[in-house]
Amino acid sequence: MSMELDVFVGNTTIMDMEVYQLWLDGLTVSDAVKVRMDEGALLECEANAEVLTSDTMDQFRTFQMCERLLHSPTKLGSQLLYQIPAQNQRILIERYYEFDSVFAREVLGKKLSKGTKKDLDDISCKTGITLKSCRRQFDNFKRVFKVVEELKGPLVENIQRHFLLSDTLARDYAAIVFFANSRFETGKRKLQYLSFQDFAFCAGQLISYWTVGAVDVWEPNDPDMDVDLEKEFLHELKDLKVLVNDKDMMDQHKILVCAALRGKIKVYKLMEVNFKNLSRALINLASKLTHTKDVRDLFIDLVEKFIEPCRYDRWTVAEITLFLTHYTNAAHCLGTFRYQMIWDRYMGVIKSCILQMYHE
Amino acid sequence: MPGKLKAKIVAGRHLPVMDRASDLTDAFVEVKFGNTTFKTDVYPKSLNPQWNSEWFKFEVDDEDLQDEPLQITVLDHDTYSANDAIGKVYIDIDPLLSCEAATVISGWLPIYDTIHGIRGEINVVVKVDLFNDLNRFRQSSCGVKFFCTTSIPRCYRAALVHGFVEELVVNEDPEYQWIDRIRTPRASNEARQRLISLMSGELQRKIGLKVLEMGGNAVVGYLQCFDLEGESGLVVRAIGTACTLDKLIPGTESKEPVFSEDPPHPLSVPPTPLRTLPSSSSPPPFSPSKPCSRQSSSSDTDLSLTPKMGMGSGISVGKEAGPLKTLLRQQAQSALEQREFPFFTLTCFPPGFLVHIGGVVSARSVKLLDRIHNPDEPETRDAWWEEIRQEIKSHAKALGCHAVVGYSESTTICEEVCILSASGTAAMLNPRFMREGSVCVYSRFDDASPPSCGFCHIPYDEFNMPFPAQLTYCYHCRRQKVPDVLFTTIDLPAEAAVTGKGCLIQARLCRTKKKAQGEVNATAISNLLPFMEYELHTQLMNKLKLRCMNALFGLRIQISVGENMLLGLASATGVYLSALPAPGGIQITGKTPSDLSYDQHISTMQKRINDTIAMNKELYNIHPLECIEEVVGSPIPDRQRSRLFRSTSESSDELSELDLSHGKKDAFVLEIDDTDAVEDIQSLLTDAPMPAGFYSCNTEVMPGIYNWTSGLQMFTSVRVYRLSNANLTNQGLNKIFTDLCENLLKSLYFKLRSMIPCCLCHLNFTVAVPEEELIQVRRHTPKHTSPILYIFPKNILVRSGENEEQLQFSMELCGESTSSNNQPTAKPSVSSSERCSPLPEVRSRSLRSTRSLPCGAPVTVVKMTPLSFLPRTRIVKYLGIINMFFIRETTSLREEGGVSGFLHSFIAEVFAMVRAHVAALGGNAVVSYSMKECVFMENPNKNQAQCLINVSGDAVIFVRESDQEAIPPLIMSGQPSTTGADGTT
Repeated sequence: MSMELDVFVGNTTIMDMEVYQLWLDGLTVSDAVKVRMDEGALLECEANAEVLTSDTMDQFRTFQMCERLLHSPTKLGSQLLYQIPAQNQRILIERYYEFDSVFAREVLGKKLSKGTKKDLDDISCKTGITLKSCRRQFDNFKRVFKVVEELKGPLVENIQRHFLLSDTLARDYAAIVFFANSRFETGKRKLQYLSFQDFAFCAGQLISYWTVGAVDVWEPNDPDMDVDLEKEFLHELKDLKVLVNDKDMMDQHKILVCAALRGKIKVYKLMEVNFKNLSRALINLASKLTHTKDVRDLFIDLVEKFIEPCRYDRWTVAEITLFLTHYTNAAHCLGTFRYQMIWDRYMGVIKSCILQMYHE
Repeated sequence: MPGKLKAKIVAGRHLPVMDRASDLTDAFVEVKFGNTTFKTDVYPKSLNPQWNSEWFKFEVDDEDLQDEPLQITVLDHDTYSANDAIGKVYIDIDPLLSCEAATVISGWLPIYDTIHGIRGEINVVVKVDLFNDLNRFRQSSCGVKFFCTTSIPRCYRAALVHGFVEELVVNEDPEYQWIDRIRTPRASNEARQRLISLMSGELQRKIGLKVLEMGGNAVVGYLQCFDLEGESGLVVRAIGTACTLDKLIPGTESKEPVFSEDPPHPLSVPPTPLRTLPSSSSPPPFSPSKPCSRQSSSSDTDLSLTPKMGMGSGISVGKEAGPLKTLLRQQAQSALEQREFPFFTLTCFPPGFLVHIGGVVSARSVKLLDRIHNPDEPETRDAWWEEIRQEIKSHAKALGCHAVVGYSESTTICEEVCILSASGTAAMLNPRFMREGSVCVYSRFDDASPPSCGFCHIPYDEFNMPFPAQLTYCYHCRRQKVPDVLFTTIDLPAEAAVTGKGCLIQARLCRTKKKAQGEVNATAISNLLPFMEYELHTQLMNKLKLRCMNALFGLRIQISVGENMLLGLASATGVYLSALPAPGGIQITGKTPSDLSYDQHISTMQKRINDTIAMNKELYNIHPLECIEEVVGSPIPDRQRSRLFRSTSESSDELSELDLSHGKKDAFVLEIDDTDAVEDIQSLLTDAPMPAGFYSCNTEVMPGIYNWTSGLQMFTSVRVYRLSNANLTNQGLNKIFTDLCENLLKSLYFKLRSMIPCCLCHLNFTVAVPEEELIQVRRHTPKHTSPILYIFPKNILVRSGENEEQLQFSMELCGESTSSNNQPTAKPSVSSSERCSPLPEVRSRSLRSTRSLPCGAPVTVVKMTPLSFLPRTRIVKYLGIINMFFIRETTSLREEGGVSGFLHSFIAEVFAMVRAHVAALGGNAVVSYSMKECVFMENPNKNQAQCLINVSGDAVIFVRESDQEAIPPLIMSGQPSTTGADGTT
């Protein structure tokens, strides 16, 4: 005797969110049954293995049939095939689009094309996330990217509108889209210690302060206002070079910073010695950002030129905070420095990025 | 030209991509009614076309309006080749023909293709302008209302119940026509769908005419069935109860006594006897504290005789059944006698309608389909059914009853053999409901039997009983005789006094039979049937006793034929009726008492049974008033009791000595020598108890539980098993079959565990043994290739369709239900927040959706339920009957997820289409929903499968009880669609 067919259909679609998670994790039916047994599902309602298998198969089939709708979440609300309560719809969508940050870290900044998909096997091996789940997450990234790529207007709002995601999740997706669009280098060994959250934070900063949408009121003609950095701003950053090229100004800057920090940080001596190198690193970084290649290397440059020297000298986060604050503020006191606005816009983002990326 | 049908095609959405090159579709629509076709313009290159067509007008006879469906076809325009069909929508115009039902059909309807399933949606508006036709010889019956509900619909009052109406139409099955050899599967499926739609339209019209002839205006308990007879044709038949219904003015019905029986109202519900007896409004004439002592009623029931009790003399296959006693009570009503068949398809009645119940009557007959002389004419089938109905009528007479209630008919077909079955409950009815001009139907019947027990009193003469039974004085009123057990096919009357809770009781049986052809086969089946009925009955009786209950309601016995086996499945809801005597225990005796180990075996079995009975008593909260009985003596003089029938079987003597645990109560004896009995005991004890927090029944309301919430969930579950050839014995098959049913129930409990406490209502099982030929999809496959399957290619299809899941709050003690009647004690905060929250929630969501999605009009939530009501809500309008038939076929079974995936999506699609049609009518629920037919055929080797589904129900508008005050004005102003705002879920 064998079961040929086993179907359970409710007028209101019944979904077990725990099983949904197992499905999202890419488990096979038999693995999912094992997990559920280990979690004690058999103790409920005098179930046996057969009942559990049947239930799991059924739920998996339901999710599989809903998956098509989850690809365009707005359709889920207007489709007639499954009657799913609004609350459950929201959970279905949110969970479907949730991702493992370990996975996201791996594909961050990479081109979301078919070529990368072949690498999913490697990522799956490396992270221990099932291939099926990797594929789902990758396809989600790609899908969101494709939809918002062509759209105008604020990135996070666009994502929310088309995929009905929560605010936090939409912001994470914005970061992924932003990184994929600008193709920031994140894969170098020196950057390996940084988590997805570190990069997502930096992306948020860049989106908020360095893109077209950051300063301007949104205009219909602006293309990709959130996705691309503002060209004009990057061009103006060249002007900051004066801070290292003008020897008087550089000395003056150093004196002001040293005066402010004397006795306040333990690494004062080292700072005094290294000031010119550190300042030069930050200013050179700014002036190079007109080249796409250098924009991509933004994070690796920050690590190599600033964070690593500081870490070598065993700066604490507090010391870096103090240094960057005074370094930024001191420039305002330089009588001949005229680019205060640009300076603040640049240093604000750099400072918060460095602080996020600096792991003691 | 008495009618003008107008249709407008507004828009489409989510259309499939028909042009691979552009990923778009050039869609247009054909609107067809009868022989007239209109077309919209082509809307180029869009998956969301906006046609906004003019009104297409069809001027037609109302006869056609009733018969024909409006057929909407969506096509993809192709300049160079033929236009590709995307899919179709059939719209039944019938709800628009009655002035009291829907006025317009407007909304998004799924576009359905028999090969691809749902492919997008189309927005249409359909209206009908009817001109009055006063022609006496008209062929149409517009305006007659149809209800699937088997009780008087909630917003109507029965002025008159006219009685039984039936009709049958036959046609050639398009699937078996010669042309089918050359046309595509799609064309063949569509021809079939259209034909069935036409036939059911015609059937409804003809029944309507009969109703008008009788002077009625409605059909209640309308039951339509299809018989796919194969070569000999396609039969569509229907039965129903003609009534004259008066519409109640909204707001006043709460004062109408008809509706005081409303089960979800805790106030009107009969409290447990514990409470009623002292305080009942119609106190029993005798003091309740004087039941007869148990000693004096210790006659026992003989096993071999009891089956007749429930069945009447049910079996009549080729041989005459039982001695029919022409025992008619003098009070037989002339009103009923005039009728050819005093049958009623209702299962739930207005108070006072039902006077006495006799018991279940059933008849079966085996027919050979290839012996029909002229298959295209309905005469032969008419004669078959006539025969069966006559038999039912005579059975009822034998029980001293003049009417049959809860009547239903069914067929099972296996190749050329067809079993016709009919069953019902013999009853005595109050003639006032049948007489002309009986407006004051609510005055109490002068018989003055208390309503809580009157129906249990025997209608037959106690000295001339049609079958041996044990009679006692009613435990409730002490005035009239009652039988020891009562089997019925109706719902538990709302006013009945019940002790404890009810539960689902099932008897399952498998019998092998030799593979045979034609007449030999029919004879073999005929010979097996009586034994099956007998055994099913014994099983039911045993299980009933084991649960310490004494009555069965909603009994459905289904017997299906396969090529080499017969399957029987009986489901009913067991109840302890306070008016009936307490059931005795079950006694096991062995015939070889000398063997010591054998004795031990028996006593352990006996102990297990006794333990189970004790446990069940606790589980179902059955605590009859025993202690009082013992204190007070018998109120009935001995000479009266001496007239009671006593069975003098051998076992009764034994019993008095062996009586171990049940005191002096009468017990049910099982002799263990018998292999059948071993089997019985096995099956008794293998029934797994329900997990805590679950209740199940197959009737509309769960006896003993009255505090429902409005949260309900309908589901359908289908399982197919393939039997291997190893299990050939009856025992082996029985065990497998029982395990399948038990496992299915277990699965259901597990699935619904998050809803505890909950009750599965209207649990409706259907089994089938698909025949060999049908396992293969369509006739293109002459040979089955897999040798293993070929030996015993038997599938058992256990469908527990129409299962109803209802959340309800559990009560520790039934006695409390009156004190805390209107608000549940367990989780009141949850229920109130559920009811209150929707408004703000919807608002916040709509705020968001205005800026988020362009096509985000929220889909109306449509509830579906096999019950005739929705707990804690009020039905304000009936919009018309839903009767839909779908065929789905696939040639890419594996790609669609195998048979399970295929059927899963098809059932989901059927649900979606029902919901969409109800929403388009302006409704928000389907009541009395049922999936009548679900025929599944597959051929995995060819990667093909086909499935036919027929569903029906009543589309309604309901309002929650809490906001009903606000709603009626909206209804009056003719905006039914706005009332769908029930927001929850």
